[in-house]
Amino acid sequence: MDYFIELLFSGLTRGSIYALIALGYTMVYGIIGLINFAHGEIYMIGAFTAFIVATVLSIYGFPLLAIVIIAGLAAVVWASSYGYTVEKIAYKPLRHAPRLSPLISAIGMSIFLQNYVLLSQTSDFLPFPALIPDFAFMEPVAHIVGSTDLAILVTTVVVMLILTLLIKFSKLGKAMRATSQDRTMATLVGINVNRVISATFIVGSSLAAIGGLLIASHIGQINFYIGFLAGIKAFTAAVLGGIGSIPGAVLGSLILGLTESFATGYVTSDYEDVFAFTLLVLILIFKPSGLLGKAANQKV
Amino acid sequence: MFSRKELKKAILTSLWFVFLTMPIMVIKVDAIERTIYWRWLNSLYMAVGVFTVYLLIRLYQHRKNSRQSQAGESGPSVGFLHRLLQNPRQRLLLFAVVGAVVVIFPHFTSTYQVNVMTTALMYVMLGLGLNIVVGLAGLLDLGFVAFYAVGAYTYALLNLHYGLGFWAVLPIGGLFAALFGIILGFPVLRLRGDYLAIVTLGFGEIIRLVLENWGEFSKGPSGISNISRPGFFGIELPLEQAILYTYYLMVLFVIITIFVVNRLQDSRLGRAWIALREDEIACQAMGIDKHKTKLAAFSLGAFWAGIVGVMFAAKTTFVNPASFTFLESAIILSIVVLGGMGSIIGVIFGALILILLPEYLRALSEYRMLAFGAILVCMMIFRPQGLFANIRRHYHYHKKDSSEHDSSGQDFPKSQPS
Repeated sequence: MDYFIELLFSGLTRGSIYALIALGYTMVYGIIGLINFAHGEIYMIGAFTAFIVATVLSIYGFPLLAIVIIAGLAAVVWASSYGYTVEKIAYKPLRHAPRLSPLISAIGMSIFLQNYVLLSQTSDFLPFPALIPDFAFMEPVAHIVGSTDLAILVTTVVVMLILTLLIKFSKLGKAMRATSQDRTMATLVGINVNRVISATFIVGSSLAAIGGLLIASHIGQINFYIGFLAGIKAFTAAVLGGIGSIPGAVLGSLILGLTESFATGYVTSDYEDVFAFTLLVLILIFKPSGLLGKAANQKV
Repeated sequence: MFSRKELKKAILTSLWFVFLTMPIMVIKVDAIERTIYWRWLNSLYMAVGVFTVYLLIRLYQHRKNSRQSQAGESGPSVGFLHRLLQNPRQRLLLFAVVGAVVVIFPHFTSTYQVNVMTTALMYVMLGLGLNIVVGLAGLLDLGFVAFYAVGAYTYALLNLHYGLGFWAVLPIGGLFAALFGIILGFPVLRLRGDYLAIVTLGFGEIIRLVLENWGEFSKGPSGISNISRPGFFGIELPLEQAILYTYYLMVLFVIITIFVVNRLQDSRLGRAWIALREDEIACQAMGIDKHKTKLAAFSLGAFWAGIVGVMFAAKTTFVNPASFTFLESAIILSIVVLGGMGSIIGVIFGALILILLPEYLRALSEYRMLAFGAILVCMMIFRPQGLFANIRRHYHYHKKDSSEHDSSGQDFPKSQPS
């Protein structure tokens, strides 16, 4: 039973990290209908920024709490700046181009960012400092549920709540929903669509950066390639839930996280990544609109 | 030349990039030694670089604008190479020169160069194969390398277990890859473009992961070695000759590929692909079977990749899963995009540029992948049609004099490629 609960929690932890990344995919897709292939790289850059800032601060002897807050903020600020810049450079000029053009551009951006980090940092795995301390009250259950698991779950829930409030009630959220429904119409009623799209990229990138920070301190190491796999898996989650739908992305991520956790725990760990890819292929074949997505009828 | 506003914007942009690259390019930490390297010089390079690039882009835009306002709407400009190819005599001459160079080349250079050239030719073939899928049929396939892997492993395994030779496996490898293409394509091709891209990417990764993990079948990450080289009428060639032989074989294959792709382009099927790429719905309305046509493109592309895979295994005599990563797919895609989607000459030049350039500029080979990424983005933004755009056939209607105009009933438009 303990093993089951352990797997359950590890699945939920994975799922919530995927959810943080998947939200970026789904929000961008909802608004401009583009699979932002470089999103995984934004997550990786968030993790790297956090790593650099945290290590520098710890060398200068800052207290742990200060390190967590400053590194987190730095990750969010830089990742969202990257997200914003990537959109401006690689997607904005292609807004009226054929569908495949921005996708190819996104793939190029993803390769570019990976190698940019590889060349300016290193290709080795870097040890990420443990930012989340072992809480004393978690002592009795520490063998089943780690403190980092709890911290990740709590942070994710808080972030999700903030995001929901933002989208439901703020003016920006309203503008985002309007833009995703009909971009031309949104322009007509006086919404600055370009600004809304930029804001979407910034919000999505911030979420990815938080995810990057959390997972990196959970696993304890990073390298330039982590964004690729995490990106694909988060994308799988977003598709599973129905791309474009925000609750769908969360649901899909949790399902994917739990599936992976149980499959590796009970079946085999060799094919951990194959599960996700197979799931992706199967969903796209049998239910391309996902669990909560709307089946879009193509009109001529 | 530049207004003050533009200069100000250029400075702001470069400052923004300095900020952006601050943590990753400037600070390098060693977590174990607990030391920090501050590389402020990088910031300076970044600032100067971005400033220059920004102004260059503005200059390019200015010139483009002024040219457009001068010339107004002009027809598609035809490149030098295309003009050369349209004149039959010049074309023959060009082919003769290229052919002579290709034949003589290995006798003036080292075996190493020949090897490099063979690799480049393999990429030409891969590019032409992917060109059918991406360029002609407009299906973005990010898992092209999977079929390449299927071909390579088919040969490696059949050679290992049954001792089958190169020539026997060549068609089998191709057909096997095509079969994989059909199996994957059958359910997947109903998907819209971007979903298709992701599924093929996932498929490519699945193949690689299976090859890596299924040790009993594929010998896992350590790969299969000692694969026999292509046979030459049963004679065992010494290494140098074998490399030469592989090179000429590859040249032959490339020529066959070019011929086939060229003929395909103008065939009924090729036209159906192009029509499908331009507008699916209109195409279906014209009575073209969407699924069959797409499947044909997909499996033909896969077939080519399989053939090159067999060739690759025979050339290197060693395969392992590390040769078939997503990056390989990305390189092949870059070749097609750089050269110009759908253009045969473009793909050939794309492959030669992307494979040979980093080989000869060793200093640059570190920046190879960085450049590939940048190429994909820049090509999409500045020149989506590629370096050598595929010139579509144009049909001109030559107006005759008004006196003749109503008399001739069978006044068909004169069709001529331009």
